[in-house]
Amino acid sequence: MEGLTLSDAEQKYYSDLFSYCDIESTKKVAANGRVLELFRAAQLPNDVVLQIMELCGATRLGYFGRSQFYIALKLVAVAQSGFPLRVESINTVKDLPLPRFVASKNEQESRHAASYSSDSENQGSYSGVIPPPPGRGQVKKGSVSHDTVQPRTSTDQQEPASPVVSPQQSPPTSPHTWRKHSRHPSGGNSERPLAGPGPFWSPFGEAQSGSAAADAVWSGHSPPPPPPQETWVSFADTPPTSTLLTMHPASVQDQTTVRTVASATTANEIRRQSSSYDDPWKITDEQRQYYVNQFKTIQPDLNGFIPGSAAKEFFTKSKLPILELSHIWELSDFDKDGALTLDEFCAAFHLVVARKNGYDLPEKLPESLMPKLIDLEDSADVGDQPGEVGYSGSPAEAPPSKSPSMPSLNQTWPELNQSSEQWETFSERSSSSQTLTQFDSNIAPADPDTAIVHPVPIRMTPSKIHMQEMELKRTGSDHTNPTSPLLVKPSDLSEESKINSSVKFASGNTVADGYSSSDSFTSDPEQIGNNVTHQRSHSGTSPDNTAPPPPPPRPQPSHSRSSSLDMNRTFAVTTGQQQAGVVAHPPAVPPRPQPSQAPGPVVHRPVDADGLITHTSTSPQQIPEQPNFADFSQFEVFAASNVNEEQDDEAEKHPEVLPVEKASDSASSLRVAKTDSKIEEKTAASVPANVSKGTTPLAPPPKPVRRRLKSEDELKPEVDEHTQKTGVLAAVLASQPSIPRSVGKDKKAIQASIRRNKETNTVLARLNSELQQQLKDVLEERISLEVQLEQLRPFSHL
Amino acid sequence: MVHTSLDVVDEKISAMGKALVDQRELYLGLLYPTEDHKVYGYVTNSKVKFVMVVDSSNTALRDNEIRSMFRKLHSSYTDVMCNPFYNPGDRIQSRAFDSMVTSMMVQVC
Repeated sequence: MEGLTLSDAEQKYYSDLFSYCDIESTKKVAANGRVLELFRAAQLPNDVVLQIMELCGATRLGYFGRSQFYIALKLVAVAQSGFPLRVESINTVKDLPLPRFVASKNEQESRHAASYSSDSENQGSYSGVIPPPPGRGQVKKGSVSHDTVQPRTSTDQQEPASPVVSPQQSPPTSPHTWRKHSRHPSGGNSERPLAGPGPFWSPFGEAQSGSAAADAVWSGHSPPPPPPQETWVSFADTPPTSTLLTMHPASVQDQTTVRTVASATTANEIRRQSSSYDDPWKITDEQRQYYVNQFKTIQPDLNGFIPGSAAKEFFTKSKLPILELSHIWELSDFDKDGALTLDEFCAAFHLVVARKNGYDLPEKLPESLMPKLIDLEDSADVGDQPGEVGYSGSPAEAPPSKSPSMPSLNQTWPELNQSSEQWETFSERSSSSQTLTQFDSNIAPADPDTAIVHPVPIRMTPSKIHMQEMELKRTGSDHTNPTSPLLVKPSDLSEESKINSSVKFASGNTVADGYSSSDSFTSDPEQIGNNVTHQRSHSGTSPDNTAPPPPPPRPQPSHSRSSSLDMNRTFAVTTGQQQAGVVAHPPAVPPRPQPSQAPGPVVHRPVDADGLITHTSTSPQQIPEQPNFADFSQFEVFAASNVNEEQDDEAEKHPEVLPVEKASDSASSLRVAKTDSKIEEKTAASVPANVSKGTTPLAPPPKPVRRRLKSEDELKPEVDEHTQKTGVLAAVLASQPSIPRSVGKDKKAIQASIRRNKETNTVLARLNSELQQQLKDVLEERISLEVQLEQLRPFSHL
Repeated sequence: MVHTSLDVVDEKISAMGKALVDQRELYLGLLYPTEDHKVYGYVTNSKVKFVMVVDSSNTALRDNEIRSMFRKLHSSYTDVMCNPFYNPGDRIQSRAFDSMVTSMMVQVC
């Protein structure tokens, strides 16, 4: 016999009837008794009944298998409609109403009939988008939907469309159906209609073996109105009918599997459609199960991804227009990685089903379809990657590797996987991955890319190499002459960022370093500190970690000492040696007076040299007085200056560091002003702070401010940096000697301090010369930058 | 006018070895005398070019704004590309993309 194509409603109905007749619970055979009873209830003449039975093959087989039963039912409907009973009529008659069994011995039957009829009415109302409702509106052969579904299932083996096609509730109908069902005390299938189709599907999936559950469910609630989708049926177009017919209970198992797959597809669709509306867009368990199964066919690993290309093929089978599929994809690919996780896949599938059932796609993903963040339970720690760089076409099915570095945000595992995939897959994401990585590890200031991430705006992106250099320098300087670090430093300075803030930090750092090493330290620590601080400034956050977030550059003069210092962590170097007297500055970075001094003079080239000299000369004088104390005060001052504001207050704190040269201060502040605003602020602030240390702090601040504005036009971050750096260095060095103030009364201490001072002096002198060199270089750079600026000027500001 | 801007973009691409990502050019007055449009260009690493034409009557948008707009545009574009159903070269019909672009334009104007 030819294959039997049933509409969804028909299928449901038939299935229900079959279960009814299946008193022996064999799910394969309809008891002849019941069947005959049923046929008689159809109010057909006996000869017709006999003919039907013959046609469906029951007489041949001697029993009513599911397929036979269905065919028989169909023939009953045909007969009841008045069409001649022929084998061909099973499929050719369109819009066949459901067979009516009047003599409702069985409450179910009547119920079903009633429900079906009512359902069909509902259906009619919904036909809407889906293939135009047939005239009767009841049974939709769904040729159209067949087509849509067909491609999808065609790949699966053929399935007995009819049995398989579980009642795909069109979403709109399902609610109605649901209500209807509820009216009937059927078995109390409390599940929503969506669930109905779901379980229904599975039974169908089992094909003729008819899962008990499905049957139970089926009988439990009145079959939902046949969904307009006859997509399942369409699958039948491929020779499922033959399959159906040929399927014997014995062989059902085999085919069941096949059908399951096929039916799964259709069932999914149907289920999806229905389920999508129930709540609306809610996925019932059966549907979900179906989706999961489908997912498995594409990607065996449930935690994996389905690449975009595979998903595209899969969903193209649904025959939805590309535009709609594209929209569905946009909605369901939650993390925009070009791949679908299980959740995303289910959501997409659900949307497809809904769409096929005539529901318009939402503009944004419904909540119930959102990929559950904790769905796959895999320690979601990947932060969501919003709009990660796109998919490059072959999203890795990468194993659900969660990027370990990902900060554990509350991201679902799928998100995590996808994110990690993104990173792995797309080179473009490298930076983002780096960024993400950095999120967590604030520890690694070394990563230049983290600049983006770190809150500190100033952060530079010192190259790791640079930092290593710094590290080396630090270590080297500890033991060797300071010149090496100095030498390195200038180069570093030049490479380093052009960011003013970083410069500030650098100077701050250097100062801090200088201070820390005050005690028994020579210029080495200063230099090292400078280097370190320099780096630190660049590294940005790391230094900040120790100091309170904002700017205050890490004052830790000696990285080794300050435990809080990132530098310590980062460089893991320089321990102890530089510790000197400088106490680990509390998070509130003590301003570095030195840098302020140094940058000041350095900044202004013409006067810089002089300034430097004066500063250095003065600083040493000042410094020796109160090394320890000075450090803090200076640092504090620095901090203040960094903040741009309260230098005055800070300055006040450091009585001892009275700036000898107020003039030089002014000069330096002026010079500072010339530089970039930030640098200016810092240097100016620091300069006045350092110099005056309590003297008219008010004066300096305004100056820098004023200057800053002026210098805005000048783009010489590098130059400034350099100058600052040199200045810082000088300052540091200068401060250093002063630090080891021979407070100690005993000779030894004094002698030691004297020695230190001398060493510091020499170092400072050397530093000075080197800074001069740097200054010249910086000046040259400045000139070049100025030229560039002029060139760009017309375009830079509008 | 768009074609001339494309030419300029190409020229800039060849000129700069790096910093492709943030190119911009202004054509102030270059276009019709009556209309002062500024044309901004932006090129991605994959040589996809974005051209933005802005009416100068709009108080000149700051450079940063343009840059941020381009970044958003780029991000949305990559999202669109993610879609396997989208064929590069087709007219973009993504609703999310369109809404983003519209919101951006509204925000500026």
